[in-house]
Amino acid sequence: MTVGFVMLVHTALHRAEQVARLWASNDCPVVIHVDQRVPSEKYVPFVESLSDLDNVVFSKRYSCDWGTWSLVRASQDASELMLSRFPEARHVYLASGSCLPLRPVQDLKQYLAARPNTNFIESVTTEDVPWTVGGLDEERFTLRFPFSWKRQRRLFDRYVRLQRKIGFKRHVPEGITPHLGSQWWCLTRETLSAILQDTNRKSYDRYFKRVWIPDESYYQTLVRRHSQTVESRSLTLSKFDFEGKPHVFHDDHLQLLKRSDCFVARKIWPKADRLYDTFLNASVNPMTGTEPNPGKIDRIFSKAVERRVRGRAGLYMQSRMPGYGQDTGKTAAPYSVFEGFTDLFEEFPEWLSRTVDARVHGHLYAPEGAQFANGQPAFSGALSSNPKLRDYNACGFLTSLLWNTRGERQCFMFGPRDTQDVTMLMAMDQNAQISVISGAWALSLFKSNMQFNDLRREAARLQKIEGAHLEILRSPTVKARIRIWAMSDFIESPAEPLQAIVDEIGPRNFRRLSELPRMRDLSGFAQFLQNLKNHGMKPHLMGDFPMSDEPTTRSTERKRPYLVR
Amino acid sequence: MSRVLHYRMRLRRKRALWQAFRARHDLSLLQDNTAKIGADDVLLVCTLRNERIRLPYFLKYYREMGISHFLFIDNDSNDASRSYLMQQEDVSLWHTKASYKKAAFGVHWMNWLSRKYCHGHWTLTVDVDEFLVFPFSDTRPIDALTNWLDSSGRRSFSAMLIDMYPKGPIDAQVYQEGQNPFEIAEWFDSGNYMISMNPEYYNLWIQGGPRARVFFPEDPYNAPSMNKIPLVKWRRDYAYMQSTHMLLPRGLNLVYETKGGEKASGALLHAKFLHTFLEKTEEELERREHYADSREFVAYHKQMEKDRDLWCKWSEKYINWRQLEILGLISKGNWA
Repeated sequence: MTVGFVMLVHTALHRAEQVARLWASNDCPVVIHVDQRVPSEKYVPFVESLSDLDNVVFSKRYSCDWGTWSLVRASQDASELMLSRFPEARHVYLASGSCLPLRPVQDLKQYLAARPNTNFIESVTTEDVPWTVGGLDEERFTLRFPFSWKRQRRLFDRYVRLQRKIGFKRHVPEGITPHLGSQWWCLTRETLSAILQDTNRKSYDRYFKRVWIPDESYYQTLVRRHSQTVESRSLTLSKFDFEGKPHVFHDDHLQLLKRSDCFVARKIWPKADRLYDTFLNASVNPMTGTEPNPGKIDRIFSKAVERRVRGRAGLYMQSRMPGYGQDTGKTAAPYSVFEGFTDLFEEFPEWLSRTVDARVHGHLYAPEGAQFANGQPAFSGALSSNPKLRDYNACGFLTSLLWNTRGERQCFMFGPRDTQDVTMLMAMDQNAQISVISGAWALSLFKSNMQFNDLRREAARLQKIEGAHLEILRSPTVKARIRIWAMSDFIESPAEPLQAIVDEIGPRNFRRLSELPRMRDLSGFAQFLQNLKNHGMKPHLMGDFPMSDEPTTRSTERKRPYLVR
Repeated sequence: MSRVLHYRMRLRRKRALWQAFRARHDLSLLQDNTAKIGADDVLLVCTLRNERIRLPYFLKYYREMGISHFLFIDNDSNDASRSYLMQQEDVSLWHTKASYKKAAFGVHWMNWLSRKYCHGHWTLTVDVDEFLVFPFSDTRPIDALTNWLDSSGRRSFSAMLIDMYPKGPIDAQVYQEGQNPFEIAEWFDSGNYMISMNPEYYNLWIQGGPRARVFFPEDPYNAPSMNKIPLVKWRRDYAYMQSTHMLLPRGLNLVYETKGGEKASGALLHAKFLHTFLEKTEEELERREHYADSREFVAYHKQMEKDRDLWCKWSEKYINWRQLEILGLISKGNWA
């Protein structure tokens, strides 16, 4: 007793010859169907090359199109020939010309001999199939498909739509329930002959001729009618990607295939010499596993599909450019933006980098150039601090920075003096944590030595810019985590908000803040704001600084404030 | 409106094809091995001038990749480039004395040869200092890629330019004939590329890398383009428009995914910054035969007088394509 192979061949005949020879010389009869389209100057030498083997025969040729009845027709003929010519074949294995046996034929024979009545064929009902191409699952069995999906796509789609519209439905013949599955199966003699000698075969054949992709449903459906012992999986390792085309195995898959313990794999790239040399050479063939275990290959291919369909969040590159609202994330990693903190506190970035486990930059969008951490002229990914280069594509600068530094959280300062082009990106980015002390820029102005007239003009400019910025941050559609305090509110109790922000970033040690940044001296600030008002400007973003509080302003708090737990 | 634009694009393509047709007069055939081109061969088209020293490694590299035939246009070299190429059996060679600039920087010539010889072939159009890497290029030949592209229904393949440079002054190490140039120029910029979309031709416009960082920081708009689509299943009505940055019909430029996923892509490692770069720059300042009145070369010259080191602390040392994939410069897409 042995297993017979039915091979459907249309290209790479020299590879098919090698594989057929291996099987045949291991006492496995082989019936080969060669596509009618293969020209005779290729077909004849192919037949001759196998003429020394008397257990290799050729079946009647049909010209086969992908997903059409012709493939089933070819396999029916070849199977019939197999059953009649080779009575020693207890199982029949349907394979293609680009299949490659991974384990010694003896292994497969033993495996099947131990399971003499089992049919190995993937066969699942349409409800349970998530992978159908073209969105057709149940409709495969209830519509008509006279047009080729590959060559006449437009007609195909239109005809499907038309049938849906007028509510056309074919009747599934009595006695069968549509099932689907991989077209590569291994059936017992008993089951296969029952399918082929069924008294209703004519009516089934007539029905399946008009089903879409019958080679994935004919045997898969009929096996359920004739056998109780169906092991619903294919012995052939075959992976499909999201477009429904089979993945091709190359030389560098050798180790993976070795460890898969599968009996047969498809498709093999015809020029994958190393794969053919390794697996066709029985003496080197190292596999002696028991049950097939394609798990690792599954993971690799599903990861590939994932990359094609979703991609890496936050990456913008030559072959990934998500349109608006099409991406999974605008940036690669969470980050924190601090606005007004450097104005209100002395040495705030230094304090922050002591406190949180993150990279802290100065004003990345400062007009003089990006203030990277430690004052470096360039940063991760060779990003330049040059302001013109940065502002040429301000959003790209931020997305690149965050992509380049994945794994390390980034914090940076921002304010109305800086390039504002990134506001929208940050506001709409769920990775952004933005904390704003509004109006704090006025304190820096107050501390500067500018002429009052220039100062007044600059104050008006900054207030306008920050006003527009805050308007975006306050719009209902923002995705960022945003906190905004008026400066006057913030200075009342700075510890709590700072603690909340730091907790969110991830502090270096998980205790309460032991040290707060030192606030700059505010004496005279209220008077300064009053002066601005007196000159016709209305500073409003910083909140209320009543003149009367002035004399007591924190002169006692000039020492570094420590928190008492 | 879109119909008008569509028609304008068609006119431009026809014009480019007409210019290519006219440019055939520039080319005189020196060595014709095109009869050896097989039906499934992947072809390479290249224009060069005075690149004798680079040729041995270039040919070796692409032969090992599986390129079956090379179509070279020699723009009047006065070194031994021509005689060297004449000894190669897988090379067909044309010679021209015509102006590189007037031929749209060689594009007309290459369009003509592609039209005549590359119809139906996967065709790689590169310069002699550009070295293609693609996912799995260390283990799979180029026809594994093109077979896969065919089965995925793709007609073109993107490979952005990555400028490679040595650590230290670029003329500190002398490149030897036959040597892998990336033994010297083994560093690159990994994450400072600026991308925008060209709404007219649909292609992505990528700038950045060391040339933007060092030569064009004050004038980024004019920094050189790094986007390239060098590998195309050529049809005789296709045409490159500007170098290999973009093509017509415009569908060929859609090498990127806009719905969040990644398409497969590769890179052209650019071995421009070797010691030969300084001579080339000098020569080009005389000839003024390059794009935008050789603006690039003027910038190079100015900078090279000050400082000849492109390396910085954040430069990345090249290892292999997998590194480029992890860095997000290229992608495997759904090829596995």
